[in-house]
Amino acid sequence: MSETQLHPLIAKYARKGAQRQPHCAGCGNGIIAQCMLRAIEELDLDFGKMVFVSGIGCSSWIPSPFFNTDVLHTIHGRPLAFATGVKLSNPDLRVVVFTGDGDGAAIGGNHLIHAARKNIEILAILINNRIYGMTGGQVAPTTPHGMKTRTTPYGNLEYPFDLCKLVEAAGASYVVRWTTFHVKQLVSSMKRGLLKEGFSFIEVMSQCPVQYGRFIGIRDPAKMLLMLRDSSLPISKAKSMSEEELEGRIVVGEFVDRERVGLTKAYKKLLNEVQA
Amino acid sequence: MKTLLSEKIIESGTNFMMGNEACALGAIVAGCRFFAFYPITPANEIALHMSTLLPKVGGIYIQMEDEISSIASVVGSSWAGSKAMTATSGPGFSLMQETIGYAVMTETPCVIVDVQRCGPSTGTPPLPMQGDVYQARHGSHGEYPIIALAPSSVGDMFLLTIEAFNLAEKYRTPVILLSDALVGHMVESVEIPDLSSIKIFERKTPEKHVEDEFSFFLNENVAPMPKFGSNYKAHVTASTHDERGFRNVENPNFVDNLVRKLYLKIQRHNKDIVKVETKNLDEAEVVLLSYGSVARSAKHVINQARQEGLNIGYVRLVTLWPFPDDEILNLARKVDKIMVLENNMGQVVNEVKRVVGCEAEVKFLPPRLLGTIHEPAYIMENLRRFVNE
Ligand SMILES: Cc1ncc(C[n+]2csc(CCOP(=O)(O)OP(=O)(O)O)c2C)c(N)n1
Ligand code: SF4
Ligand SMILES: [Mg+2]
Repeated sequence: MSETQLHPLIAKYARKGAQRQPHCAGCGNGIIAQCMLRAIEELDLDFGKMVFVSGIGCSSWIPSPFFNTDVLHTIHGRPLAFATGVKLSNPDLRVVVFTGDGDGAAIGGNHLIHAARKNIEILAILINNRIYGMTGGQVAPTTPHGMKTRTTPYGNLEYPFDLCKLVEAAGASYVVRWTTFHVKQLVSSMKRGLLKEGFSFIEVMSQCPVQYGRFIGIRDPAKMLLMLRDSSLPISKAKSMSEEELEGRIVVGEFVDRERVGLTKAYKKLLNEVQA
Repeated sequence: MKTLLSEKIIESGTNFMMGNEACALGAIVAGCRFFAFYPITPANEIALHMSTLLPKVGGIYIQMEDEISSIASVVGSSWAGSKAMTATSGPGFSLMQETIGYAVMTETPCVIVDVQRCGPSTGTPPLPMQGDVYQARHGSHGEYPIIALAPSSVGDMFLLTIEAFNLAEKYRTPVILLSDALVGHMVESVEIPDLSSIKIFERKTPEKHVEDEFSFFLNENVAPMPKFGSNYKAHVTASTHDERGFRNVENPNFVDNLVRKLYLKIQRHNKDIVKVETKNLDEAEVVLLSYGSVARSAKHVINQARQEGLNIGYVRLVTLWPFPDDEILNLARKVDKIMVLENNMGQVVNEVKRVVGCEAEVKFLPPRLLGTIHEPAYIMENLRRFVNE
């Protein structure tokens, strides 16, 4: 690809030699990558003062190695713990974590609730494709009840997590959910999350046409996007609805947006007091 | 250093303190400014002191939700430019292993203190054992080199913690301080040297000039390490990568290059890394070889043996990994018999046998009771028998 053919966001933000996304065609991860870069562009942030930390999974390849700034691609489930060390040691850096539903809600679930409880100033973007994409379509803690997957050939006996409620209860400053269909809202929430004090959590319901698609019998990414749109329900409406009515729906919008002191800010105050 | 003195954080001269406190002080002197921890006996006092001292010097203390996140945040902190450490004991050390491998793979300087306790699993928390020697070497999956040091005294807890930081920063690698409950909890007098005489190593960072072509990994002579936020656009991954940090998980040439370079980085500098303390080797026919807390008994015994007219040498491994192959082979060529003392069922003794081959006779002596160190009389009794065998 010659320079002139590059999308302006890629030309500006992609690492040389890594300008192509590694994901399957039609994967939601590309949409989310673009939304992130758009949010950064619109806010005119200093990309060089941003650090992207990710775990292991398809979604963790969104910044790695694509984003041309400091990227810490870590191990499965622990990106928030690594990011905590980065942020505490240099609070001037803007730290963004990309994690999957397996990465952030199964193996890394404990780190997710504790990052929220600590209210550390990190923006975490959890890509929920309701499946383990990278390892070949195994059931995830977000897979719908009853669904057949690679490892639930007779149907899933368990129930999926409501991650936004979980993170809200744990103490995060900002919690929001969108789907890859809601790109405008997603960009605007990313901007809010990037500037917010405290822990910000954005859950993006995303399409995995390859692994998830295989098990629902729909492999067309456009169709999957429309499904995401049609099952979405604004949180304002959902509030007055019963559990049965909400069955199978994706509640989207802001779960919480509150002012709470972030951990590094509190620590800075402590340092001033101790050293005074 | 000035603040350390003016804040009375540390005073040169004779101090009386606990091993775990000396470890914390050593870390502060070495420049450690990030410490993450999850409570565990017998390492708790390190956290007690770090949580008090670090804010005084502008550093960060954080208690994480487990040992996995403790070591993970240490690695993150190191990339943000801090000298960083965590401390734990057996159960926590096991939980850290995956991330220790990550630190090796990404060439991240950091220090992990394992104050060893007794037995597998929960075991006997307050008692010492040397059961983690192999875990320190091979605890993470795949193959990798590592550095591990074994303190024998409170003074060592101070000086070897500093040495651990120096080696970590110099060779961009995790370094393990393999202490135990005896050395960690012991209170004894310690000579804190004049702080200005202590050598502190600072990591090599890239030159100011930011180029398109960069190489931050896989250099046998240690690549410079960019600090996050300094515009070097580092890509750090523990997937197999090249010198620039680009992932390649298809072609075996890449993993071959990576593993060999990681090994060479340490092997090439063995002479600088490996330290062994010796005494009375000149006319010795039999040598007591030990490390860590057990070396205290050995030291006591050689003096006693001299009085009995026995020529007993003393070898204490300060560095456990990389194993002091050359030093031990040279020793074996000079002496007839080596008795290896360890507070376990035999770990270092296997390495000694591997190195020594037929050059000397090697005998293993565990303590009478695991979880205690060898009583001098018990060593003497076995030593007399071994000499006359
Ligand atoms: C400790 C550990 N266990 C298991 C794996 C294998 N593994 C790699 S990716 C993955 C799941 C990824 O699923 P998710 O986080 O949902 O990401 P996605 O690929 O769906 O984006 C697993 C289990 C691993 N790398 N490390
Ligand atoms: S397997 Fe699914 S989640 Fe992974 S890249 Fe392909 S489409 Fe995306
Ligand atoms: Mg997933």
